[in-house]
Parts: sequence; C-alpha cells; structure tokens
Amino acid sequence: MGSYIIKRSLISIPLLLIISFLTFVLNNLSPLDPAEVVLYAQGVPKITDELITETKAALGMDQPFLIRYLKWFVSCLQLDFGNSYVTGKPVWSLLGPAFLNTLKLTLLSVIAIIAFSIGLGVICALREGKWMDKSVRGVSFFLTSMPSYWLAALMVWYFSVKLDLLPTSGMDSYKSYVLPVIVITISFAGVYFRIIRSAMISNLNEDYVLYGRACGLPEKKITMHILRNSLQVAISVFCMAIPIILGSTVVVENIFAWPGLGTLSVNSILSRDFPIIQAYVLVLAAAFVLFNTVSDIINAAMNPKLRKDL
Amino acid sequence: MNILEAANLKIWDNRTGKVIVPNSSFHVKQGSCLAIVGESGSGKSLTCRAIMRLNKAGISQSGDILFNGMNLTELSEKEMRRKRGKQLCMILQNGMRAFDPSCVIGVHLKETLAWHFGWSREEITAKMKHAMASVMLKDPVSVMNMYPHQLSGGMLQRVMIALAIVLEPDIVIADEPTTALDTISQFEVVEQFIRLREKMGCSMIFVSHDLGIVQKMADEVQVMKDGEIVERGTTRAIFSDAQHEYTRYLVSTKLALNHHFKKIMGGVSVAER
Repeated sequence: MGSYIIKRSLISIPLLLIISFLTFVLNNLSPLDPAEVVLYAQGVPKITDELITETKAALGMDQPFLIRYLKWFVSCLQLDFGNSYVTGKPVWSLLGPAFLNTLKLTLLSVIAIIAFSIGLGVICALREGKWMDKSVRGVSFFLTSMPSYWLAALMVWYFSVKLDLLPTSGMDSYKSYVLPVIVITISFAGVYFRIIRSAMISNLNEDYVLYGRACGLPEKKITMHILRNSLQVAISVFCMAIPIILGSTVVVENIFAWPGLGTLSVNSILSRDFPIIQAYVLVLAAAFVLFNTVSDIINAAMNPKLRKDL
Repeated sequence: MNILEAANLKIWDNRTGKVIVPNSSFHVKQGSCLAIVGESGSGKSLTCRAIMRLNKAGISQSGDILFNGMNLTELSEKEMRRKRGKQLCMILQNGMRAFDPSCVIGVHLKETLAWHFGWSREEITAKMKHAMASVMLKDPVSVMNMYPHQLSGGMLQRVMIALAIVLEPDIVIADEPTTALDTISQFEVVEQFIRLREKMGCSMIFVSHDLGIVQKMADEVQVMKDGEIVERGTTRAIFSDAQHEYTRYLVSTKLALNHHFKKIMGGVSVAER
C-alpha cells in the first residue's frame, strides 16, 4: 500500500506541470493585451504605444514565452501569483482568504452531502421499491431539478425574510453557513445518494451477501460489508465533489454575497484581472489533481484488486 | 428418520405472479445425501434457498419445511438466523463470489464463528487451521490472510467446506458446488465432500448438473423438471432403472457423453469394451 501511495503521488507531479503550462498558455491566448488592461485599470487618460511598451517591460511581458512561463511557475510554487492588475495588491492576499472562505463552505457542504447520500442511499436500497424509497427519490428528484438560484431565493425568502431565523447574506456567524450549505447539499446529495443506492442494490444481489446470510451473520454486519463495497464507487464521486463545489459556487456565493472564490473569480473576469484568473484556474486544477489522487488512494485502500494496477 | 421434510412447497415470483415451483414435497433421511438434479431453471437452487428462507425479496414461498421436527417457516427471522450456519449450512456454486472481495477470507470465517460460538481470534484461528489442513489446504494461516481473488475457485470451495467442518451443521446444502470448477478441482472438491460426510455423518442436499458426481456422492436422487419433482429413487435405481422419460433422457445423455469421452481418449475399442 505504501508503494502504491508513493507511485500514485508521483504520477500527479507531471499532471500538475502540464496543467500549469496549459493554464499559462490559455491565458496568453487572450486577444487582450495585459499592458492595456493594466493601464485602463490605473485610469491612465491617454494610452500611447510608448506607455504600452514601458508597461510590458515593467510586467516582464517583453521576455520570451517560455522564460515568462518558468518565472511564473517558480513564483507560483512560492504562492506568489504576481499582483492584481486592478488593485495592485498581491494575488495571494486576495485569493488566499477567498479560497479559505469557499473551502469552509465546501467542506461543510461535502460533509452534509456524504452524510445525506450515504444515509438516504442505504435506507432506500434496503427498502427498494417500498414507499420510503419511492418518496425519497420523488422528493429528491423534485428538489434537484430546481435551479440553485431559485432554491436559494426561496430559502432566503422563507427562512430569512418570513421567519427571520437566518441572515440573508454575508459571512458573519455560523448561521450564515446554514442556507448556502443547504442549497449546495440539495443540489449534490440528490444525485449522489442515487449512486450509493444503486451500488447497494447491485451488491445486495451478490453471492457474498447470500453466503453471509447463509452462515447466519446478522444483517448489520452484512450491511457493513455491502456498504464498504458500495462506497468504492462513491469514493471517487465524493472526493471529486470537493473541487467541483470549489469551482461551482459562483451562483450560490453571488446570491448569498459570500466573500469566496466564486465572487472573486466573477469580479476578476469582468475586470479582466489576468493574474487572479490565472491563479484561480491553477488552484482549482491543482485541487482536482489532488483530490483525484486522494480518491485513488482511498479506493486502493478499500479495494485490494486496484493496488496491483500501478 | 427424516432430518428434513418439505411439504407442499410452492415458490413464485411476486412481480410477475409466475409460479416457479408449484407443489414440491420431499424429504432427506438422517445421515443420507439427497441429490437434486435437473436442467437450469428447474427450480433446484430456489428450492435450496427456500429451505434456508433466503430467496430474494421478489420471490415468495409457502408450504412447510420441517427440520428435526421443527417448522422452519414458522420461526422468526432472528431464530432462523441462529439456525443458519450452525445447523443448516449452505455451500455456494461460485467460491470466487461467495466471499466479500474487499476483505481477506479470514474476516468472514472469524465473523461467522465469533457470532455463533463467541470464540476468541486465537480459538477461531486454531480451529480453522485444523479444518483447513483436513481439506488439504496448504498453509491455512496465509490462506486466511488472502483476498478471494488471490485464491482459486477450488481452494475457496474447500474453505467453505472447512468452515462447514468447524460449524458442524446437521445438514449441508451444496448448491452446484462443482459447476464453476475445472475437472481436477472438481475431483478434489468432491473428495472433500465425501470425507466431510464420512467425518461428520451429516446429512446433505447436493444440487448438481453432473450425474457422474451425483452417482459418486448421493444415496438418493430427485429429478426436477420445470419446478416439479418428476422422479425420486435410490441412486442405483435412478441410474439403472429410471421410470420417467426425462430421467432416462438425462441418464442416457450422460452415458453417451461417457462413451464419446472414452472414444476420444482411447479409441473405439476402448469405448466398446
């Protein structure tokens, strides 16, 4: 297992290198000249060619592409993503706190998603075809099919405006987490619990369940075996949920005025703040690689057959 | 004396309403081996699972199953669970799929024995080591620490037999235990079944397609077709003087196959001998 973890972790290094290169290339493919963007942001009244050339030199944009990439990559490793074109502040001083805020929201949501998905998945699978299974699936289908902005607006109207129980927006206390977490959980758990349910149902029909029962093992023990095997399918999905939610909180963050990555990325895109966009894409891509690696390692720990593959 | 008696056993599919076994009554004598033969879909496995009350959720059953004079159909699920394994032991067709693929073999063995007897890990290991050695499994401790995919189908069948030896049930229900095996493994597993019976004197229901194995193992044979028992008799009577047309067809097919096999292996003269 130890050698698997080392091998699997080493595979992610070239992946990260490729991703960083692609991020840099894609940002440089933009038709906009970053120097012009900086000058616009600084409110320079008349932009001349001379000024553009000077700004390019100041930004290091006059150097060859690969040199620029290497410099950027080395400084990224030290969490130095350059300065924002708009505010002039270091990117990490803006991205870091926003990332942490979104990460808190994401982790809480993922915990809720895992708890609900496993709980509902197990209950529904053990009562397949009965009213409990049918009603949970029906309600989840209804809730999941609602767009999250609509669901968020309904929640704000009911819990914050009508009942005055929770804040409408911001990130002031633990209460601020409730509504965004509920909205994110509903949209993800509604889909993920079905994965657990169907994996449980297919495992329920396996011979090892029949043999366990034939040996007189109690249902609790058998359910734990079924769950362990069913979770293998869901582990990858759960692990990947973290970067997916990190990158898809734009709508929820904007509705609840959450000072996180979603809000920051939208503002940066609108103001064409390339260093922030570049850093945002890189951080998210790195999160995808990291959690993909983690999910592979957990899966290998749970499924002995996978350990031989590397 | 009969150890097991099934009376008016009916099995049907709830969803489609299709009756799979319409009305089956049979018995197993104390210490004897009853073989159930018949083609696929004739209801052999469903009958075995009905005895254990382990058919899938969509399958229903009615009728009485008397085990040592006790009606199993009247027991609560909890009482039935106590009987399974300890008194009625089942051995499945595919050893590869009979154990949790994510756990080493020892986990299932330890859970089962700890549940029934409350033994410690050391006791379980000692008893399993002894039983596994008696079914010719070399290095029992390392076998217990292996995952199902690291062992062969024949070895896993023998692990199931070893568990049955430790459980000491009154009756063993073997549902096509040799079907998924190659000929050499089949031979080894059948040998172990014979030794299991000799050693423990337990009764057995042996479901098989293979009439050669049935002839070697069984005291009595019951032939099933489309859910019904078409003939039942001693092994000798079934193989030499079958009454029902379907039984005669099964036996003659087996003889023809034997003839063909001998012809291939040793030429016409051998086959005609």
